[in-house]
Amino acid sequence: MSMIRSVRERLARNQLLKFTTPTPTLDLDVSHGPILYLEELNVSFDGFKAINDLTMYIDAGELRCIIGPNGAGKTTMMDIITGKTRPDSGRAYFGSLINLLELTEPQIATAGIGRKFQKPTVFEQLRVIDNLELALHCDKRVWTTLFAKLSSWQQDFIDETLQLIGLKQQRNLLAGALSHGQKQWLEIGMLLVQEPQLLLVDEPVAGMTHQEMDRTAELLTSLAGKHSVVVVEHDMDFVRSIARKVTVLHQGSVLAEGSMDEVQNDQRVIEVYLGE
Amino acid sequence: MGVFRILKDDRGGQMLLLFLSVVTVLIPLLHLLVPESSPFHVTTYGITLFGKYLTYALLAVAVDLVWGYLGILSLGHGAFFALGGYAMGMYLMRQVGDRGVYGDPLLPDFMVFLDWKELPWFWLGFDMFWFAMLMVALIPGVLAFIFGWLTFRSRVTGVYLSIMTQALTYALMLAFFRNEMGFGGNNGLTDFKDILGFNLQDDATRIALFIASAVALAFGYLLCRWIVSSKLGRVTVAIRDAEDRTRFIGYRVEYFKLWVFTISAVLAGIAGALYVPQVGIINPGEFSPLYSIEIVIWVAIGGRYTLYGAVIGALLVNYAKTLLTGVMPEAWLFALGGMFILITLFLPHGIAGLFRRRKPA
Repeated sequence: MSMIRSVRERLARNQLLKFTTPTPTLDLDVSHGPILYLEELNVSFDGFKAINDLTMYIDAGELRCIIGPNGAGKTTMMDIITGKTRPDSGRAYFGSLINLLELTEPQIATAGIGRKFQKPTVFEQLRVIDNLELALHCDKRVWTTLFAKLSSWQQDFIDETLQLIGLKQQRNLLAGALSHGQKQWLEIGMLLVQEPQLLLVDEPVAGMTHQEMDRTAELLTSLAGKHSVVVVEHDMDFVRSIARKVTVLHQGSVLAEGSMDEVQNDQRVIEVYLGE
Repeated sequence: MGVFRILKDDRGGQMLLLFLSVVTVLIPLLHLLVPESSPFHVTTYGITLFGKYLTYALLAVAVDLVWGYLGILSLGHGAFFALGGYAMGMYLMRQVGDRGVYGDPLLPDFMVFLDWKELPWFWLGFDMFWFAMLMVALIPGVLAFIFGWLTFRSRVTGVYLSIMTQALTYALMLAFFRNEMGFGGNNGLTDFKDILGFNLQDDATRIALFIASAVALAFGYLLCRWIVSSKLGRVTVAIRDAEDRTRFIGYRVEYFKLWVFTISAVLAGIAGALYVPQVGIINPGEFSPLYSIEIVIWVAIGGRYTLYGAVIGALLVNYAKTLLTGVMPEAWLFALGGMFILITLFLPHGIAGLFRRRKPA
């Protein structure tokens, strides 16, 4: 009997043609404060514990910096949030309702989490403006994409973003022709047009000049409030210039959390990281 | 008009459509009006040969769509071509009726030879042209859909995917070689008489098939150009170059791959269906992985990521093949290999790369 039932469940129309059902659109619920809940996460790769009982909350509208030595699990944590890596155990919620561990990467992106990678990955064979068009927050199903036309509102939005990231002159260039710093900016622009509620920014200022760094700092601080921003960065000067709250990761779990001054004076942090 | 809008920035496509409209008028005229003694006379054989090249060109465009724009190096597109060809072949077999060697009104010759008493169920309906044409598109399409659904969902990419496409066509070849499959085994389907009531040996029928091939190529080209110049085409290029990144901005990569791959397979099937009445035979050899690899070489030589390059490659390579296999058959594979190596070394963008206008910096 149970077999019949399980077969029946599998053959139910909504199960069999699962890919035809639209992405579940759960509303983001941040009424309890945090926008991101990571609780008791564990990930190991071939016995190496990359994430070890990690628990962390990010509040809505917060700008959080995450620091930590190499191998502390910063990138793995981002991979879990965006669905690239599945944890062995633990919970990850976006708002209090959306369970990130059940969604695929595109569903997580659609739900409102945007990610900027450590190494800038823009689409080099496409023009700058096409890169933004693809990232734009809109219906991303196959058939709607085939017939998609930019509305004048979307066109304006892209123009504004181009202005903001300083690539207005380069709009028709192939993205592959941009300098390293410009690619970083383009990637930040792609993140912005996605209109995510939560931005995960991995090493945004790598390869940037001091001037560009200042502009990035300005941009990220201006985004906080409306969006929640999580920045992973190695450059301490940069972190100091934007940080309100800093989390230090070490060996896959949270070592210390607090303002930059508190963290810098924490004896354990000095031992593993700052004091070296 | 839509056609002009699709080809607005596509010089190669404009030239191709111009070329196709000129040849569809000129070649039949050269055949009908120019006396046979003149060097400009085009023989019936010549027309059919050129028609065959045009179906190859459509096949090459289908391969360029998935290889050049989506990054899927399919080494099994010959399978979709052959399946379309078999669907057409089955229709042509049923049209033979009682004019076969054994004179059976219902069963094709090879079934009488195998001492079969009734028509297998999967041959039913193929006496109707519309049904056969539906199957020409449907069978390759459904196969590509199932194959793609299983592989893309499991995120099989790169060389592994190429090997699987090759295994697919190889498995089909082995299956079609078997007599029990009911598709004529080793010999395939041949000895066709007529299509839609017109004798296949007639000049007029051959000219009509030639024109149909040119029209199919034109429409196939326009369809592909329309797809790649839409936003969907930009998404496929994004998938080709950075698949993970495309996922993280919210596109379900596997569905995009699935649909484009399926469309490409349907185009390949249509090409196969036009190929069969012109060459007069379809047999399991068409499934051979070697043929599928040859298609990829046409596209590489013509220049991928252009679509029209695929057409140039298919026409030139096959013309060269006809010339060379006439003179020195055993040298052909060496010539093909040599051509491929030279092009890869000196013209990485293929022949089309020679005309590509440099983008203003």
